[in-house]
Amino acid sequence: MPGIRTVGRPMNIKEKWYLFEIAKGMMVSIRHLVSNIFHQDRMPTLQYPEEKRVLPERFRGRHRLTKREDGTPKCVACYCCQTACPADCISIEAGERPDAGEKVAVRFDINILRCVFCGLCVEACPVDAIRMDTGKYELSSDSRKKLIYDIDTLLND
Amino acid sequence: MLFDLLLPVLFALVAAFLPLMFVPLLVWGERKAAAFIQDRTGPNRAEVLGIRLGGLVHPFADVVKLLGKEDWTPERVNRFYYNLGPFLALFISMLPFAIVPLADSLSVGGRIIEMRAVTLNVGILFVLAITSFHVYAIVLGGWGANNTYTLIGGMRSAAQMVSYELAMGLSLIGVLMISQTLDLGAIVRQQGGLLFGFLPRWNVFLQPLGFLLFLIALFAETNRNPFDLPEGESEIIGFHVEYSSMRFAFYFMGEYIAMVAGSAVIATLYFGGWQVPWLGTETLRANALLAARVLLVLIAVFGVLAAVLFRSYGRRLRILYRDRRSREAKVLGAASIFVAVLALLALAFLSGIRPLGAQILVAAVQFLFLVAKILAFGFLFIWVRWTLPRFRYDQVMGLGWKSLVPLGLLNIAVTGLVLLGID
Repeated sequence: MPGIRTVGRPMNIKEKWYLFEIAKGMMVSIRHLVSNIFHQDRMPTLQYPEEKRVLPERFRGRHRLTKREDGTPKCVACYCCQTACPADCISIEAGERPDAGEKVAVRFDINILRCVFCGLCVEACPVDAIRMDTGKYELSSDSRKKLIYDIDTLLND
Repeated sequence: MLFDLLLPVLFALVAAFLPLMFVPLLVWGERKAAAFIQDRTGPNRAEVLGIRLGGLVHPFADVVKLLGKEDWTPERVNRFYYNLGPFLALFISMLPFAIVPLADSLSVGGRIIEMRAVTLNVGILFVLAITSFHVYAIVLGGWGANNTYTLIGGMRSAAQMVSYELAMGLSLIGVLMISQTLDLGAIVRQQGGLLFGFLPRWNVFLQPLGFLLFLIALFAETNRNPFDLPEGESEIIGFHVEYSSMRFAFYFMGEYIAMVAGSAVIATLYFGGWQVPWLGTETLRANALLAARVLLVLIAVFGVLAAVLFRSYGRRLRILYRDRRSREAKVLGAASIFVAVLALLALAFLSGIRPLGAQILVAAVQFLFLVAKILAFGFLFIWVRWTLPRFRYDQVMGLGWKSLVPLGLLNIAVTGLVLLGID
């Protein structure tokens, strides 16, 4: 046809017959079929809810708030994580700690629906109060409200 | 008298429901084989009381799903054609089964019973005529839906099917020249006996080129990959875009039944139909007792083998699933042991077979061989589909008109010359 240029290797006579090439291709697929029937345990598929992948050490899952040795939250409500968050999913309300005169988070909400799991909040935290090392990644729920985690949920993760 | 009336009805029911029973099997085979070829596990989740049968429950779940779906008819369709399309697709693809002989004829009480629904002496012509009718299902669906895309899809497939019909007809003529008859029963009967003393005298060995051409034309006629332009799931919009729920399922089932019917026809014409390789009907009937014993022993051996396999399968299941699904292997293993025990018991009590019983047994064995051949071709269809990419439209036409038709003519000429030389 005019204006159309064929690119690539022209087929030789054997290939133009298709049949030999088809037979070759079919041998490849039958090899896969047979070997997969006899070695189903070698198949890379995981039967998901029953089998789970081994997570890498630095896998970023659901957030948690760490605690001091006396059980109080480490968070000092400095807003560093909220500022660093590109998805704007953290909202903190600061208050004063009655005993030590230190700032503390009264409210610490993470809207997991907006979270992009970038981990910038963890890097931004100056006191190592927020971490993403829970390894939890099954976060579905039946209502949106349940997916906004408050401070109690985060502390107990 | 009653017998005379009931028998055709019975065979008609068999001809109608046999291909329907193949459909879930082939759908399952397609999904599972596709998965294994692509290194996946395939469907294995649907279950009935924990019994999953390796995904064999899925086709039935699919049917329930399709029946429950909204049956939506677009506005401004041509209602008559729109409704006729899926009906024709299913009905026409089932018809060739009516004339495929399922086993050698029985002679009961001085009467000869042909083991097929319709005894036609123009069998092959009937097959060709009916398969060309399949075009109407697609064109009417495409036209009746009143959508330009479906119309284009319908036209494209009409052109494809009409051009490959020619190649199909030409490739068949070689078989007709050898057999000198159009009757499928006679063609199958001629394929008994041996060729060169060791090969079964199947037409495929006498007509290798004709078989190849017929097979390729059959792939095109049934709209299977690599000729599945009419559907073109991923890139081309096909003729059944406007169909939903059970109407779509009718087209879908029509495709699979056409595949089964095509396999039956090709098995009948080229692979000896119900002929058991190396064993003729007379030999089998004379040694019916031995045949029955061998059959029972085989069943018992397979039952025990299956039980052993299910045992190791069950060990894997118990590690993986801690619910009722892990019982599956136990149930299936017990069932196969039960079958094996039954077969052994029958073997112990089997002392003789009456002539009528021998005939029925031989017919059953021959029918099983036909089913096995059909399933083998069904697997070939699936295997090819998950290996080859789809042809471009001009490649389809080029292959049909420039390769298959001349080769078909060549086949006729060569067959004629050889037949003349033998004479």
